[in-house]
Amino acid sequence: MKPFDYVEMRLPAKPQYVSVARLTISGLANRIGFTYDDIEDLKIATSEAITNAVQHAYADNEEGEVVIGCALYEGKIEIMVADHGKSFDFEETKAKIGPYHNLEEVSFLREGGLGLYLIETLMDEVKVHHQDGVTVFMTKHVGVERVDQNVEHVPS
Amino acid sequence: MNISVELHTLGELHVKGIIGGEIDAFTAPILREKLKEITLQDNMHVELNLMDVSYMDSTGLGVFVGFYKSISAANGHMELTGLSSRLKRLFDITGLVEIMDIQETDKEVKKDETV
Repeated sequence: MKPFDYVEMRLPAKPQYVSVARLTISGLANRIGFTYDDIEDLKIATSEAITNAVQHAYADNEEGEVVIGCALYEGKIEIMVADHGKSFDFEETKAKIGPYHNLEEVSFLREGGLGLYLIETLMDEVKVHHQDGVTVFMTKHVGVERVDQNVEHVPS
Repeated sequence: MNISVELHTLGELHVKGIIGGEIDAFTAPILREKLKEITLQDNMHVELNLMDVSYMDSTGLGVFVGFYKSISAANGHMELTGLSSRLKRLFDITGLVEIMDIQETDKEVKKDETV
């Protein structure tokens, strides 16, 4: 069995669908036990990544699609947002995405990089990959600061 | 669609805007257009109440930054009021709280539904 459940959404690269993706992410995050505040953070980070993809598609006058892949683990969520509209093999694409270099990527989001800055602040880990478009890969762990609340000890 | 913007003229130089709903890539342009309806004059005071804003991201911050620039250029003042702690946090982490007049709501933050 795979160590995670995988959910993929393909949406037209249009601003009216950003909230649809956000609501879905919210529901998925709820399933794996994120707090209210963490879910709000995930909603913003995902929206920022999708908004970037939508604006990119708009600027180029493309009728594109945005693909959002979510891997749900016990205790963490990984979200990948790609603006090229092609489905991906989550693990393969994830392996290809290298470490995130601040200097290179700083201009990839418009508005002075505010969106990317928010993603970095709100998520635990962020990687950006440029090849056939932009792919943003981000991770958030459940309750990093409040581990004591839900710890379950599995007898060994 | 998921945003409401009401503008009330309280005096010659005083406008209060009440904003509710979600501010994102889709609704931010609606808000931006609505704020353009305010005729900016010298010494103008515009209060924007965000008490009923349940979601906002950088697209919303962009609109307020734009309006702040316009009104400041016209010697006016923009005040953001009724921010939930969630909303306030966005202005905190982006450093905008340092340059804008931002009033957090003093009441216990109402919990918006998560989904």
